[in-house]
Amino acid sequence: MNGWFSNVDWSEITQACVDTLAMLAGSLALTLLLGLPLGVVLFLTGPGQIWASRTANGALAVLVNLLRSMPFIILLILMIPVTVALVGTSLGVLGAIPPLVVGAAPFFARLVETALREVDRNTIEAVQAMGATTRDLVLRALLPEALPGIIAGATVTAVALVSFTAMAGVVGAGGLGDLAIRFGYQRFQTDVMLVTVALLLVLVQLVQAGGDRLVRHFSRR
Amino acid sequence: MIRIEGVSKSFGGPAALAGVDLEIARGEVFGIIGRSGAGKSTLVRLINGLERPDTGIVSVDGIDVASLAGEPLRALRRRVGMIFQSFGLLGSRTVADNVAMPLRVAGVASAEIVARVPALLDRVGLADLGDRYPAQLSGGQKQRVGIARALATGPDVLLCDEATSALDPETTRSVLALIADLNRELGLTIVLITHEMDVVRQVCDRVAVLHAGRVVETGTVADVFLTPSAAETRALLTEAGEERDAQVAAFPGRVVTLTLHGDAVADPVLSRVARETGVDFAILGGRVGRLKDAGYSQLTLGLSGGDTNAAISALETHGRVAA
Repeated sequence: MNGWFSNVDWSEITQACVDTLAMLAGSLALTLLLGLPLGVVLFLTGPGQIWASRTANGALAVLVNLLRSMPFIILLILMIPVTVALVGTSLGVLGAIPPLVVGAAPFFARLVETALREVDRNTIEAVQAMGATTRDLVLRALLPEALPGIIAGATVTAVALVSFTAMAGVVGAGGLGDLAIRFGYQRFQTDVMLVTVALLLVLVQLVQAGGDRLVRHFSRR
Repeated sequence: MIRIEGVSKSFGGPAALAGVDLEIARGEVFGIIGRSGAGKSTLVRLINGLERPDTGIVSVDGIDVASLAGEPLRALRRRVGMIFQSFGLLGSRTVADNVAMPLRVAGVASAEIVARVPALLDRVGLADLGDRYPAQLSGGQKQRVGIARALATGPDVLLCDEATSALDPETTRSVLALIADLNRELGLTIVLITHEMDVVRQVCDRVAVLHAGRVVETGTVADVFLTPSAAETRALLTEAGEERDAQVAAFPGRVVTLTLHGDAVADPVLSRVARETGVDFAILGGRVGRLKDAGYSQLTLGLSGGDTNAAISALETHGRVAA
């Protein structure tokens, strides 16, 4: 207990950073991969769209809302058997990724749907009217037109995932959040808490700034 | 070429279309005019299968559009171009890429696309703007890109959905002039939806007036514009400032409306009839202008003195006379 940061074990901090980044990268990649098609289907089955179906859209909406309304900490615990079945463990970085994806993908899907709704109706009709297939409509028109909105959504999702990884720390995932809780909270080591919070802040800043840059790059308006 | 028979369509509320019959001939410019909510946009979308009728048949060249799906429907859509009120351009692509899009989705080879796009842009007067993005263009230029894109697959029909409603009057005239050129030069059949009588007057050959999902009047533009029979048509004309003036009621003698169309406009009709019959004419109201390619004049005349019956018979040899 002599001076500032005496409790801070920098090698442990480094490991926690690596774990947090690994959880973020793995879960973000899978969230985008699952959430994007889910968002597209949510949009296409919506009222007045080309696959308009009250049943399909309603069922998807209930599923998405169910997962979104569940507090993440509860989802983490409920998911444990599923996680073990999927990746063989509910601990560590690997064990954190399934609940992170299940928690974030529906959220991202909604943001994708919202971004697609911003595409001008006449633009969609124009592409249909030129004889495009639904595949062409989605890949050549809807996604490119909505790209800035989708990237903004991915950025918001990534920031949400950073805070989710901290919670995942509670059930043994490791990472900066885990460190903050075990040392900073349970052992009253305020300096560890401060360091982890500062690092999380830097991470969120970097994610947001990177996302904003990409949005600007792809905006043509 | 396009036949619409007994078509009804509703979106859950009151019917958008309630028993519409229309026939549009190859090579004509056919206008469909009506207020917003009259069902015009729905009607035009039946022709390329963007909407399907609840009852009735829409056919293009004898093919029932609603029976098509998949590749045959896409093939029909390549033959029916469409332009839109808000242009419907892809903001993330350049002008050239927008025009190339119908060719890309049709599977045309890249080399051929590169060869064809400049000619399309040139046709609409935008040869130098291929590298711009839509956001960098004016409204009139955007609609020209829309037209070039609609022409890319070499269609027989061009559907115009309020294509000039977002444009100022001068740009509207130039875009309509382009549409009229395409009709003449390429023999395109054009179906043009609008709520503006001026648009119909400038380019259409025939017109249908749509009101609450029904066709209330249809005929040549000259007939519908100069001698409207339906109350809804007269209401549309009144809004365009085209109705007879109120001072007609105050005139003590007989009042008639004389309509001249085409070459008759150039005849000195009134002075000749006045000389022959001794009738004096007061001009109480009137309009003079052009309907597509022919001039017209329509005058509300107050008759006094002389032989009014003889004067009316004489006027009838030159044009149409109505009480």
